[in-house]
Amino acid sequence: MSKLDFDVPAKGGFSFDLCKRNDMLMKKGVQPPSYRKTGTTIVGLIFQDGVILGADTRATEGPIVCDKNCEKIHYMAPNIYCCGAGTAADTEAVTDMVSSQLQLHRYHTGRESRVITALTLLKSHLFNYQGYVQAALVLGGVDVTGPHLHTIYPHGSTDTLPFATMGSGSLAAMAVFESKYHEGLTRDEGIKLVTEAICSGIFNDLGSGSNVDVCVITKGHKEYLRNHLLPNPRSYVSAKGFSFSKKTEVLLTKVTPLKEKVEIIQAGEAMEE
Amino acid sequence: MTKQHANWSPYDNNGGTCVAIAGADYCVIAADTRMSTGYNILTRDYSKICKLADKCLMASSGFQADVRALQKQLSARHLIYQHQHNKQMSCPAMAQLLSNTLYYKRFFPYYAFNVLGGLDTEGKGCVYTYDAVGSYERVGYSAQGSGATLITPFLDNQLKSPSPLLLPAKDAVTPLTEDEAVDLVKVVFASATERDIYTVSSCVYRVL
Repeated sequence: MSKLDFDVPAKGGFSFDLCKRNDMLMKKGVQPPSYRKTGTTIVGLIFQDGVILGADTRATEGPIVCDKNCEKIHYMAPNIYCCGAGTAADTEAVTDMVSSQLQLHRYHTGRESRVITALTLLKSHLFNYQGYVQAALVLGGVDVTGPHLHTIYPHGSTDTLPFATMGSGSLAAMAVFESKYHEGLTRDEGIKLVTEAICSGIFNDLGSGSNVDVCVITKGHKEYLRNHLLPNPRSYVSAKGFSFSKKTEVLLTKVTPLKEKVEIIQAGEAMEE
Repeated sequence: MTKQHANWSPYDNNGGTCVAIAGADYCVIAADTRMSTGYNILTRDYSKICKLADKCLMASSGFQADVRALQKQLSARHLIYQHQHNKQMSCPAMAQLLSNTLYYKRFFPYYAFNVLGGLDTEGKGCVYTYDAVGSYERVGYSAQGSGATLITPFLDNQLKSPSPLLLPAKDAVTPLTEDEAVDLVKVVFASATERDIYTVSSCVYRVL
């Protein structure tokens, strides 16, 4: 253990070997490939019986919408859900990983998962990667100690709040929350407020759009309201439809039959033990 | 010593999309009504279409401050033309004027992506499409702006304009009726809105 073997490859994590090459390519004018970010509005709030999470459903690749109805509220445990903003691959990977870890932990301890367990697992993972895993999360759930709501930033810092927003539409949503939030909201008031905040993000932020997803978590019970509100139907549908008469021209047709497979059926030979 | 890069840019992109389609005796020009900067919306209700002459409309996307300046410049030149020649400028003449005005600022361009539409001297629809420094071409239809890459392939499929290099010269106008062209424009904007964050489905269109 004391002798360092330099031939051992780096364990896990990111390999920064190609950074120099990428810099050289950028100088030559080659564009790096874009990745899918969820320019997003995600929110959470605590109401009298538990936690409500909300999210929009648009995923963007630069200025283009690549998914009009994606799911941003991820399952962590039966009593814990997590909304994710930032790079879509990162939020998916990190929430799936922690969800599996929580399940193993549940089997190990025989108890319901606690929100702070998920919080600690997520923040230590993100801190380990020094912000390179670009996932900004809103984690909410109800466990034996009560309802909890946390925000987690890509570098690994966390906040514990009664109401929270993240993503590019966070300012628009927070404006609604700051005006209308008060303690002791009922379930319907809470859902209405969350929907309003997400709609504010959808209509005022260009990175958010499409539909509203809501998730209500209370003690012992959860409700995942997928597409709770659809405020963006297709604005105009042509009555007569379109015909696409231009087909690709067939220049040459060549059929290559694959080798014939010959099956030999032998009359019942018993297999040797 | 590495070249110093500017810490400020004189340009900004206010987004938006413009489309124009030319027909046998009409021309449809449409532009969406959103003006944005970055991820924010500046206004939901902004018309990017400007009437330069009786039979000539221009729709421009890009940096709206430059677009406004360009519109002012062209309107002023048009007024002078009217005083000197006692008539309105025709669409082909305005097209050439726009090209020259844009090239004049070749080394500090107007950040404007223009589409000029109107009726030519014979009363047929005409559409001219431009780049930022004044290169232009008469075509049967055109789209410019953030949603152009989404709209142009669809229009190519439905309207395919013949190349202006063909001999004998083929008509650049589409065989669609005016109503069909307007319907097409509405659908095209609705589709671009689904996938482009800078385009919104509410659009203004004018038919000449």
